[in-house]
Amino acid sequence: MVPLSYYLVLSGILFACGVLGFLIKRNIITIFMSIELMLNGVNLSFVAFAAQWHALSGQVFVFFVMVVAAAEATVGLAIIIAVYRTRETLNVDRVNLLKL
Amino acid sequence: MTPQNLSPLLCTIPLLPLAGAAINGFFGRRASKKAISTVALVFCGAAFAMALFIAANFSSAAAPYSYEFAHWLRSGAFSVDFSFYLDQLSLVMLLVVTGVGFLIHIYSVGYMWDDDGYYRFMAYLNLFMFFMLTLVLAANYLVMFIGWEGVGLASYLLIGFWFTKDSAAAAGKKAFIVNRIGDFGFLIALFLMIQHFGSLDFTRVFAAVQPMPWEAHAGVLTAIGLLLMVGAAGKSAQIPLYVWLPDAMEGPTPVSALIHAATMVTAGVYMVARSSGIFDRAPMAMLVVAIIGTLTALFAATIGIAQTDIKKVLAYSTISQLGYMFMACGVGAFSAGIFHLMTHAFFKGLLFLAAGSVIHGVGGEQDMRKMGGLRLYMPWTFLTMSVATFAIAGFPPLAGFFSKDEILWKAYSSPSGSWVFWLIGVITAFITSFYMFRLWFMTFFGDYRGAAAHETHDAKHVANPVSHGHGDDHGLPHESPWVMLGPLFVLALLSVVGGWIGIGGRFEHFLAPVFENVGLMQPPAEVAAKGTETLLTLISVAAAVLGLLLAWGLYFKRPLLPAKIAEGLGGLYRAVAGKYYVDEIYSAVFIEPVIEGSTTILWHGIDQGVIDAAVNESAHAAREVSDATRHMQSGNLRSYAGWVAAGGAVVIAYMVWMGIR
Amino acid sequence: MAGAVNLLVQSHPINSALSLIAVMASLAVEYLLLGAEFLMATQVIVYAGAIMVLFVITIMLLNAGKEERTRGSRVALLFGVPGVLAGALLIGWTIVVHSNTAAVPIGALKGDPHGIAQLLFHDFLLPFEVTSVLILIAIMGAVVLASRPEAVVRGARKDAE
Repeated sequence: MVPLSYYLVLSGILFACGVLGFLIKRNIITIFMSIELMLNGVNLSFVAFAAQWHALSGQVFVFFVMVVAAAEATVGLAIIIAVYRTRETLNVDRVNLLKL
Repeated sequence: MTPQNLSPLLCTIPLLPLAGAAINGFFGRRASKKAISTVALVFCGAAFAMALFIAANFSSAAAPYSYEFAHWLRSGAFSVDFSFYLDQLSLVMLLVVTGVGFLIHIYSVGYMWDDDGYYRFMAYLNLFMFFMLTLVLAANYLVMFIGWEGVGLASYLLIGFWFTKDSAAAAGKKAFIVNRIGDFGFLIALFLMIQHFGSLDFTRVFAAVQPMPWEAHAGVLTAIGLLLMVGAAGKSAQIPLYVWLPDAMEGPTPVSALIHAATMVTAGVYMVARSSGIFDRAPMAMLVVAIIGTLTALFAATIGIAQTDIKKVLAYSTISQLGYMFMACGVGAFSAGIFHLMTHAFFKGLLFLAAGSVIHGVGGEQDMRKMGGLRLYMPWTFLTMSVATFAIAGFPPLAGFFSKDEILWKAYSSPSGSWVFWLIGVITAFITSFYMFRLWFMTFFGDYRGAAAHETHDAKHVANPVSHGHGDDHGLPHESPWVMLGPLFVLALLSVVGGWIGIGGRFEHFLAPVFENVGLMQPPAEVAAKGTETLLTLISVAAAVLGLLLAWGLYFKRPLLPAKIAEGLGGLYRAVAGKYYVDEIYSAVFIEPVIEGSTTILWHGIDQGVIDAAVNESAHAAREVSDATRHMQSGNLRSYAGWVAAGGAVVIAYMVWMGIR
Repeated sequence: MAGAVNLLVQSHPINSALSLIAVMASLAVEYLLLGAEFLMATQVIVYAGAIMVLFVITIMLLNAGKEERTRGSRVALLFGVPGVLAGALLIGWTIVVHSNTAAVPIGALKGDPHGIAQLLFHDFLLPFEVTSVLILIAIMGAVVLASRPEAVVRGARKDAE
């Protein structure tokens, strides 16, 4: 019998790691992976709550989150490839054409 | 023609010259000079004809006539309309204004014919007639004020007619500004009237004043009277607001004749006479009026004896004679003041027009020292000007004698008068006679001293082609054309017979219904012996003759003597010749500080320092703010994420805190 | 957790990708413990199987190397990191101290495909269809974005003939 709070704390830690990675890392692909990590953490908390309240809709929502994550990863990687073609770099600090 | 039908005609009188001004003003630029003259003369003449018609049908029994032309203001209990009013006083002023005005229009046709701005001049003249007639025919103080301001405007336009000349433009400005100072007093008087009487209509104001007690101490009526006098002093060039009139001689001579001799400057006298009901109840104000008038008369006369410009002499003479009129009003002799106004219009108008003729004849020269012996070259001008000179000096049986004598007698005998006023009046009469005959002798007798001016005349003519009205003959002085001489003759005739209307008190009797409420509250005038009156008359005539003799001695017999006397007197003479340095004093005391204050405080301090600075600084501040915040838009993905994470943490903390509470 | 931390620590992206795969695998086990069998399978197949493969392909395609040190944003490090840490600590503290959740038995929930399918195709039908459209859009977007410019033109010209 695992207390629910353990699952939630783990979810929180995963999410925090994801955000930290987003802030710290310089490679854009790694940043993307941090985003996936964040999504996974959230998924975990959904499933945990679904298990506690005995509601399957929590799991269905996780299903949808996975679908969206897949789509987003697809498009995101395509963008990264396009940016790489023009800027020849994967370093996010170099892609600052939006600077005023 | 029943008397009642006269009323609607009243509004046509001012509107006729307005129409003339509008036509000439808008279309005159490309019209022929004949067309312009015709329009101006026709409309002015029509106004004069209408005035004559009204005078012929005027019935004292049906007076006063009033006619409401249009509604104007309605505010609560206070209302004022565009109304016209005719009683004996207005009728006299109306005839003088239209008559003399018409003659001067005819004269101007000849004088200004060669000027480039001919159409402008005739338009302005007609415009002036419109405003003056509005002033004279007004039924309430506010419509009178419209006319008052309007004649000030016309005066500015006409003084600065040759606006390319700096001195003319400055003189126009000076006239308008000094007038404005007087108008300020007038306005405050109007406000007081509205506050205390609730109306500005003549009939209602005077009806409200009637039951009021005689103010032994200063009160509302005294305040109103004094403020009205301030306005009159500005318009009619009395101390201390007379300084604009000598400068106004920069304008063409017909302007000086019309505006600054016959009509506009008399508006102040008319206004004081119209307000006789108010002044009568405020003896302190009347005393002030009399004192100002008397002092001005003497003061201006003393300045006149040292002037060398022919028009300046006449200007100071006008100020002096206006002083006489105010003195008359101040001692309660309102009809005597109006009588002198009428005769003065005749002979002063004539003097100015004749002076214009002289100036025209000698080719633009205005300095009397360069004239002389002109009676041989310009006989008709000489004849008419002599009539006017004798008239103004007060020689019987010419017009000036009757009116001036009336004033002096009333100054002595009226309950509000005193022998001091009379004495100063007689001395001034002597000085008036002296300087007028000095002018007469210097201009028309002796040898012509203008030969030296001929060489410079051509140069002056070329350099200043619009300084006088003719552009053709040079050489010896010549007589003026008939279009200019005609009005001179008419005015000369009037100067002779104009005074006869006052014999036997007929004029006073005619105006009596207007002033019937004057002097009711005072102890009746002591009926002085007839002998006293005759004695005083003889003294004033003697003063006139003395002036003539002195001028004859100094300027005819021994022409070199005046210069020696002037040298002998030294500083005193210089002070008089320099107009007692009043202009300089005003400049130092009032004008310079105002300009200084304007520049430092208003311009540098407020305009640049506050208003400009506020705008500039706010723009600067916007720049600074945006400069600071633009660093957020770095284009750096990670900084955006950092901000999001930080903000998210704040929100989470807030929600946790709310949850815990 | 170890995988997550490792993702942060590693400098080569391929190493980070491998640690992410490890995280996902462990998450799949967690789902199983919580009784979500269908989700466990989906996680392994979709996430670890497809998405991470996509990531690895991209890394290898673009020949991503070790990260270089560039001057990043001071703001991110100054505000973001402390903010995240503070937020996470706050949440953790709240959960641990203040929540009153009971324990969850292992495998208590019936997370069978039948049950999920029931929900998916009855109650959540609209979101289901919408997400399928979403995937379609994502595919088209990816194709357009990743194609070379000339390829599009050549394709258009070929269609025109």
